[in-house]
Amino acid sequence: MNILTQWLRSYLPRLPVDDRRLAEDLTLRGIAVEGEFPASCGGTLYEMDITTNRVDAMNHYGVAREAAAIYGLHLEPLAPAAPLVENRTGAGFPVRIEAEDLCGRFTARMIRGVRIGPSTGTIARYFAALGQKQILAPVDVTNFAWMDMGHPTHVFDLDKIEGGIVVRRARAGERLRLLDGSEKTLTGDDLVVADEEKPLALAGVMGGWDSRVTEATRNILVEAAWFDPAAIRSSSRRHGLHTDASHRFERGADFNAAPLANHLVTRLVVEQSGGEVEGPLVDVKVPALAARTAERPAIRLEVSQVRRILGKTADEEGAGQGIAEEIVARHLKALGCDLTRQAEGEYAVKLPSWRLDLEREIDLIEEVARVHGYNRFANTLPAFQGTVRELAHAAQEAAIRQTLRALGYTEAVGSTFVSAEEAETFGCAELAGGVEGAVAMGNPLSAEAGMLRPSLAPGMATMLAHNLHRDVSVVRLFELGTVFAGSTAEVKERLGLALGATGAAKAGGSLYRPEDALFYEVKGAMETLLGKFSSAQSAGSLSFDAAGLPDWIEPGRGARVWLNGELVAVFGELSAAQLQARKLRQPCVVAGIDAQRLLADALRQPVVTELSRFQAVERDFSFLFPDAVTWAAIETALQGSAAQGASPAKEVSDLRSLRPVEIFRDPSGKAVPFGSYSLLLRAVFQSKERTLAEQEIASWTEWVVARLKALGGAQRV
Amino acid sequence: MSAAIPELRQFDEAELDRVFARLEADAAAQARMLTGGESLEAFRLQWLGRKQGLLGQLSAAWLKSAPTEAKPSLGVRFNRLKAQIESLLEESRQQDQAGSQASGLDVTLPGAAPRVGAEHPLVKTMAEIVGVFQRMGYSVGLGPEVETDFYNFEALNFPPNHPARDTQDTLVIAGQERKPLRERLLMRTHTSPVQIRSMLEQAPPLRLVIPGKVHRNDAADATHSPVFHQVEGLCVDTQITFSDLKGTLDHAMKALFGSAVKTRFFPSFFPFTEPSADVQISCIFCGGKGCRKCKHSGWIELLGCGMVDPAVFEAVNQRRSELGREPVYDTRKISGFAFGMGVDRIAMMKYGIGDIGLLYSGDLRFLEQFA
Ligand SMILES: [Zn+2]
Repeated sequence: MNILTQWLRSYLPRLPVDDRRLAEDLTLRGIAVEGEFPASCGGTLYEMDITTNRVDAMNHYGVAREAAAIYGLHLEPLAPAAPLVENRTGAGFPVRIEAEDLCGRFTARMIRGVRIGPSTGTIARYFAALGQKQILAPVDVTNFAWMDMGHPTHVFDLDKIEGGIVVRRARAGERLRLLDGSEKTLTGDDLVVADEEKPLALAGVMGGWDSRVTEATRNILVEAAWFDPAAIRSSSRRHGLHTDASHRFERGADFNAAPLANHLVTRLVVEQSGGEVEGPLVDVKVPALAARTAERPAIRLEVSQVRRILGKTADEEGAGQGIAEEIVARHLKALGCDLTRQAEGEYAVKLPSWRLDLEREIDLIEEVARVHGYNRFANTLPAFQGTVRELAHAAQEAAIRQTLRALGYTEAVGSTFVSAEEAETFGCAELAGGVEGAVAMGNPLSAEAGMLRPSLAPGMATMLAHNLHRDVSVVRLFELGTVFAGSTAEVKERLGLALGATGAAKAGGSLYRPEDALFYEVKGAMETLLGKFSSAQSAGSLSFDAAGLPDWIEPGRGARVWLNGELVAVFGELSAAQLQARKLRQPCVVAGIDAQRLLADALRQPVVTELSRFQAVERDFSFLFPDAVTWAAIETALQGSAAQGASPAKEVSDLRSLRPVEIFRDPSGKAVPFGSYSLLLRAVFQSKERTLAEQEIASWTEWVVARLKALGGAQRV
Repeated sequence: MSAAIPELRQFDEAELDRVFARLEADAAAQARMLTGGESLEAFRLQWLGRKQGLLGQLSAAWLKSAPTEAKPSLGVRFNRLKAQIESLLEESRQQDQAGSQASGLDVTLPGAAPRVGAEHPLVKTMAEIVGVFQRMGYSVGLGPEVETDFYNFEALNFPPNHPARDTQDTLVIAGQERKPLRERLLMRTHTSPVQIRSMLEQAPPLRLVIPGKVHRNDAADATHSPVFHQVEGLCVDTQITFSDLKGTLDHAMKALFGSAVKTRFFPSFFPFTEPSADVQISCIFCGGKGCRKCKHSGWIELLGCGMVDPAVFEAVNQRRSELGREPVYDTRKISGFAFGMGVDRIAMMKYGIGDIGLLYSGDLRFLEQFA
């Protein structure tokens, strides 16, 4: 909406500030001036941004009322400026309100003998300055009145009306051609302004085509009415018509402005197009709706409540005190409230008809603060006696983030939504049984975002692809966020975690084949991460298997992760089908982790093992094993199985550590036969109580060799 | 290379001074010429060698011919000379080692630190904001991202026909049509539902800071994203005023952006607060003089806030009664304020991010800059 300061000043000739300052003062009171431009008619054109609850201020008189309140100026009430020259011989135009619940007031007046030409004078000048297109003088007049006082009006060609006006609900299926040329089929919920025969206009939304004013029009009926907000809103939405009139009626028009607007339009039509006013103003009111709007009962205001909510002011006079009673009264009166003092600091406040947004004491308190100026209140800090609650999982979440960043993973935030296909393929493979189902969106952003993400894994695959498609070939990302399971009846939220890795793992080294290195790097990250939690503290609590992998993982290239027998994660290389669908050419490892399960766990509390004062002895074992013998089998054979608590075998009481140092497979099958691999194994023996004797070590070494042979290993020399 | 053997004409102190000074100078001069490795060993043999060493020869010759009273002085001088030569030798050895290292290294090559992951700018910004309020005694509150209409709208005083309830602004879960309106599921459009959940659980006093992810049905462009993040706050007690709201946010903005920052408050409109305000801070880039970032106004709009609308307390009381709890939020005695800010907008302003989409892309070229 635009405001011309010249127009504004016609209401407030004694405005004590320039246009710049006026803009600032209005803005600080919530009547925001967003832009200021020189106006062709003189003065300034303001581009306004007024919140939707203040429809009363979206016109020149409304802004003038605000300015008058700010500067304590007198503003003349809206009233017919000059008595109209009436031909009182005729009777008023017949008007009947049938839909008394939807139309609260209807005013009508006839003008006969107009000669319609273009608008002239003030209207033409202001329209030029505002860039408002001229149509026909009587129509321009209704637009002018709208911008002047904010009440929608309409002009009919009187000769197209058969009988009198009837305001009624439309009959279902009734058809009406509107001013914009569109033909609407009405429903029983639409409100129409009709004559005895047919609908003339969609009430409060748009006039009708057949009864519109044209150059040929000689006689005019001026309408100004009040319609029910909900009825206009539903009608406007149903027919996809958002007009100035519907905008105002939807948010509540001024019940008392209808006759004033009718006077204004009538006077200006006669001024612009000649003709004679016939008969008195017809003004039909529905008392029940008047009682709900213009004649609402007064509300109670206690100054102590104003102070309780607003606190201390920063004003020089009475600084640090609550706002003074006389200031409260002055601000409210300036806005059009009618105050009756009932007792010390207590008022009955009659609310202005144009402020349907004011209903409660708190609304008046806000108005006091607004007109006074928010920045004239002090900055104070409240005292507090409550307790501060710690967030249950803050430490675990921080540990997850910190650990992953230290491992080289950068945090990402991806989309909350996945496609139905992704939801199906990725599911929530990392979640233990009992958590399942994907949730569909009712109005998805796009077809690719039709479901709430059941896992962070598909989003991670998408982000890896995003990078690879931009030639970022080495990527380590993680995302920590909500995942959703269940159904549209009940949605369950959990904290999910995903890792994504592609490109440049350190070449396999002596242990891994180069093509496996990335997998083992991610596995290492998972071990480090899970190792932060107390459940993973005891040896053997963390285990990996390659069974039951979801389809998005390439067969044989992934693992499930178990924490004390409970599934907590799956990870592996994206399947060939996934790589192809995402147009990727290099292996990508993605991990889906049930972070919620981790949060249930305390962070590991380090407990120090006493250091031995005695020397450690290293022994290497070089063996040839069939491929079927896994590291876990070797470990179990030498250290006892995880199920047995991984306690050291009785035979070797002081085996401190056991690890693979080198694994070799020969593609040519010469040095190492096909189907087997050579393993260099390093055992470290150390006692906490004594220096180990040569014979002891020799016997342990023999025992180790025997166990490894029993597994099918062949010792290499 | 060999040192000339000086001639010793007599054993008086002056003559000894002269001769030994000459020997020292010769040794120092030779040491400067050493090129490491073998030359060091040759130098050692020449001066200190057990059989052919110069020092050995001279001391044998001179001590033999010296008068008895001159012998102690001569002995002291030989010992001192030997120590000097040894220290020259040690110095040369060290230089030699340092030299060989330098010759093998290009110290200007980039170092090989392991790559460390970066913090996400939203996570980082959110933690900073939350931290400021935690230090002011606020507890952190969290809530679900899928909410019911009751928590997201109804209890927050959004009337049934409020435009924000339209599906055009809200992402809704499928298949809700048959449920009563208040039970329908949707993606929360703000973190405010957590205010309601908290007041249902706890009686005042209450101080909460609520970070979280929210969704709206917005078309994505440089400044809009269907997903974004908010931090909200809620403070409820018996004596909470609008001036407390002003003071709290003024303090928080100074804690976040520096003590020189000023705040100013404008009337605004939110269904769940009254009075409602928008808050601007003086431009953190130009200090209020006016620059491109603040569109030459000197001010940047940063958050929305207001006093909790009594209708919200009433909705909470009603629900508490339904749940068999005491309706303790008496609107004549209890008051409170709430505020909310967009984390994305603050992060974008702080780090000069031009496109909100970058925050949700997982683009490493962008994210790495926060390492
Ligand atoms: Zn600036």
